[in-house]
Amino acid sequence: MKFGIVTFPGSNCDYDAYHAVVDALGEEAVYLWHKDHDLRGSDVVILPGGFSYGDYLRAGAIARFSPIMREVIAHAERGAPVMGFCNGFQIMCEAGLLPGALLRNASLRFVCEAVRLRVENADTPFTNRYTRGQLITIPIAHGDGRYTADAETLSRIEGEGRVVFRYVGGPGDADEWWSPNGSMNAIAGIVSAAGNVLGMMPHPERAVDDLLGSSDGIGVFESILSRVAA
Amino acid sequence: MSRFRVAVHIVPRRGLLDPQGKAVTDALRTLGFPAVRDVHVGRHVVVEMDAADSTAAERSTRDMCQKLLANPIIEDFEIASVSTL
Repeated sequence: MKFGIVTFPGSNCDYDAYHAVVDALGEEAVYLWHKDHDLRGSDVVILPGGFSYGDYLRAGAIARFSPIMREVIAHAERGAPVMGFCNGFQIMCEAGLLPGALLRNASLRFVCEAVRLRVENADTPFTNRYTRGQLITIPIAHGDGRYTADAETLSRIEGEGRVVFRYVGGPGDADEWWSPNGSMNAIAGIVSAAGNVLGMMPHPERAVDDLLGSSDGIGVFESILSRVAA
Repeated sequence: MSRFRVAVHIVPRRGLLDPQGKAVTDALRTLGFPAVRDVHVGRHVVVEMDAADSTAAERSTRDMCQKLLANPIIEDFEIASVSTL
């Protein structure tokens, strides 16, 4: 399977995503430059983390107008998988691929640490290798990760099971929501209505080696591999 | 066609948690301004553009706000001024 990893000016997790796909998953990956007009046969598109366009105006606001985004949106509209991590998630919200927006952390601090997530829905193309309620450890590194949506949107995505990852306290407090950034309902990651677009603030691509603290993130990649290959 | 300078105020939508505004509110009170009730920190954008008249310049800038300069999910905007250059 071929993964296309978009590089915007200011992306800094594109190499991590490449490492996760090629070295950890053993699949093929290509870098797609933001000015490209085609996805070069990619089955799955990844919008990586970073600070595209210096976060000018708002995080993700300018990147969504990059030429490649027209192709990414068309790919998503065809029902093909697109995943965005961190800045990728912010770009997706700005582009209207996912509802809501990501605001400055409530603490006003950049938070860089491994956090506990609970898998809320294991029946999506990106989470089928996990089990519902499973606790996983994945790092976050962001200053603008406070997921915000209006009340109606929030109740819709909750009701439709589209909140796939939620921040939780710790191993002993699995039921306690805890948000490192002030996200509404401690939301860490959501999927689109059709289920083929995933956006999450944590970095699964940085959690694919036990040596680096956790390999819990590989499940996201294995899930999409099993789904697309099936 | 004339040239105009259109100034826009963009602020966090009312009702949304605004930690930056709250931090500034607290700082101002500590500094000796106890009368301060609320502060919202936003952006001030100045657009210089060509347009047939000031109404057209304002209309066009409003459109820019809806499409890019502001995010309607989280921000409100208002045209602060339109002046001829």
